[in-house]
Amino acid sequence: MTTLDSPPVTAASKIFNFPRNAWYVAAWDHEVTAKQPLARTVADRPLALWRNSDGRAVALADACWHRLAPLSKGKVLGDEIQCPYHGLRYNSAGRCTGMPAQETINPSAIVPSYPVVERYRYVWVWVGDPDLADPDTVPDMQQMDSPEWAGDGETIYAPCNYQLLLDNLMDLTHEEFVHSSSIGQDELSEAEFEVSHDDRHVTVTRWMRDIDAPPFWLKNMRDRFPGFDGKVDRWQIIHFEAPSTIRIDVGVAKAGTGAPEGDRSQGVNGFVMNTITPETARTSHYFWAFMRNYRLDSQTITTQLRQGVHGVFGEDEEMLAAQQQAIDANPDHEFYSLNIDAGGMWVRRILDRMLQAEGLPAAAAK
Amino acid sequence: MAVNTQTWWQKGRVAECDELAEGVRRIVLCPDRPVHAAPGTHVDLRLDLDGHARKRSYSVVRSEDGGRRLTLGVQLAPTSRGGSRHMHGLEVGDVVEMTGPVQSFPLGVGADRYVLVAGGIGITALVAMAETLRRRGADYTLVLAGRSRRVMAYLDHLVDTHGDRVRVFVDDEDVRLDVESLVGEVAGSPAATRTEMYMCGPIRLMDAIRRAWAAHDLPEPNLRFETFGSSGAWAAEDFVVHLPQLDRSVHVSRDSSMLDALEDAGVEVMWDCRKGECGICQVKVLDVSGRIDHRDVFLSQQQKEAYASLCLCVARAARGDSESGSADPAAVTLHLP
Repeated sequence: MTTLDSPPVTAASKIFNFPRNAWYVAAWDHEVTAKQPLARTVADRPLALWRNSDGRAVALADACWHRLAPLSKGKVLGDEIQCPYHGLRYNSAGRCTGMPAQETINPSAIVPSYPVVERYRYVWVWVGDPDLADPDTVPDMQQMDSPEWAGDGETIYAPCNYQLLLDNLMDLTHEEFVHSSSIGQDELSEAEFEVSHDDRHVTVTRWMRDIDAPPFWLKNMRDRFPGFDGKVDRWQIIHFEAPSTIRIDVGVAKAGTGAPEGDRSQGVNGFVMNTITPETARTSHYFWAFMRNYRLDSQTITTQLRQGVHGVFGEDEEMLAAQQQAIDANPDHEFYSLNIDAGGMWVRRILDRMLQAEGLPAAAAK
Repeated sequence: MAVNTQTWWQKGRVAECDELAEGVRRIVLCPDRPVHAAPGTHVDLRLDLDGHARKRSYSVVRSEDGGRRLTLGVQLAPTSRGGSRHMHGLEVGDVVEMTGPVQSFPLGVGADRYVLVAGGIGITALVAMAETLRRRGADYTLVLAGRSRRVMAYLDHLVDTHGDRVRVFVDDEDVRLDVESLVGEVAGSPAATRTEMYMCGPIRLMDAIRRAWAAHDLPEPNLRFETFGSSGAWAAEDFVVHLPQLDRSVHVSRDSSMLDALEDAGVEVMWDCRKGECGICQVKVLDVSGRIDHRDVFLSQQQKEAYASLCLCVARAARGDSESGSADPAAVTLHLP
């Protein structure tokens, strides 16, 4: 149904709305402790995250029932959190368990408690309808804690709509221009790519054969094959899973050794793990890690890769912030799309269907 | 769980009304600004009762079409303070002033077992919860208690829908709810500390359950309840409030609350929730002739029995069974700060 008061929505909305019936990463597992609550906003919902005495992570709305003081500034006391202002206490279900200066507890005293799942080194929360929260739908990030992979990552606080990050990761031709000193090279935009999808996933596959390895990949090849010099076959296989997790299978192998056909033994393989949590319509928490499947025991390589990717992503961060500023400065200008946006456009369509199911418009309120 | 405490006033049009059970009217309201009403929510209505604007709360039995149709079930209280009489007079097409859904009784997620206990018209707060638990595939029991099947709204519907999960107790069939055995059963189960009980009904039933719950040392936060402060141990009757500091007495009629009567008489008092929960309107009691019918959930049992204070918004004085034969109305003498 179209009504006059709903703005026209193009397929490529600039400020894309976020579904709430979804698992989003709220924090790395080590960020949530029993010592001090963590304040973090997920999909416009301010949360206080903490661990109760059995180690289980808890997410409560970050506002006391009484005068809305942030519980994240309070204290964790065993299985309860205490409001920093007047000392009201809540259990992990958000039920008030103690009120100062009175013998009974007001029966309406409660703060929302959100479903939490801890998986793949992250604490995931569900800020939508709790009845729909199914732990089996946590996006697959299995490389994060698999013994066959090693690596680490960081969080970027990105001052932009989460969809801009998804666009960025679904189309890697930007590497040629944004990351020219590390992973960019001309062949990226010259190579053919393929897009496939189902109702929760989108995959973009790109192979570049018999090319020179860019600096980042040459270093990785030499970590595994000391003294390596020569042409490589390079791949980028982007796996999106709704609503906002993107694992990118990347790597290079000695040219002509059969990597495109499935034999990656003569190469180095990494997974760029990305999961993006909308904070507000214009800000995002971007959790990333780089996992590798060679030299698993080398902390030096883990650290070098984390620092290397940190530098690369700093370049994206700068571009995305500038893009958001330009969007806000040009409210009447629409997005146009290039052929390379096919993957990102499938992401938008999947998200739009999730939003429709929640009765939400695709474009977030301006 | 989502807790929505945002309230705003809007207009609602009566789209349907009919009789659900003897003395119970189903009223479907279509609000101007529809918002889905989650299980456990209520709406507040601003009613014009005898020239005074009064707020009354009614549970949302059903929310359809994203909150475009909200169904209420209203029992005509024999001792109505005016609200239920007014509601029973509504006709299709009438417009009322109402809030959006207010959530102070949310259904939790993740308990091992749920027990819903409805006393009489209290079922209106629990119908949507039972439906949600059924849809979730949760382990739940629905306990329905009432005076007579004729007056028990939704009884047949609930028995049809929930089958074996429903237990029915009817006073006039001599199948009475035994609170001690109900709570004892919860306490004796392996899931005792992971069972949540939700109750809505007469204050006497809820007090009995709260006492049993405490006696069995069950976790206090697992006992969830909602009261609108409208029922007591005795039927409402006229009584008198003496205010020695102001050198005056105020008559409280059976269809008015003490708080309303004092305000109407120009006595300034402080209040907030007006349903016996917050304790803001608590005042000291200096003397009582008759009984105090506390009707609140703020004071502890010991505090209630001490007769040293009461909550003005819901408490009443009643002759009760204490002074049989006396024709004088009950009276309470208060210290107003």
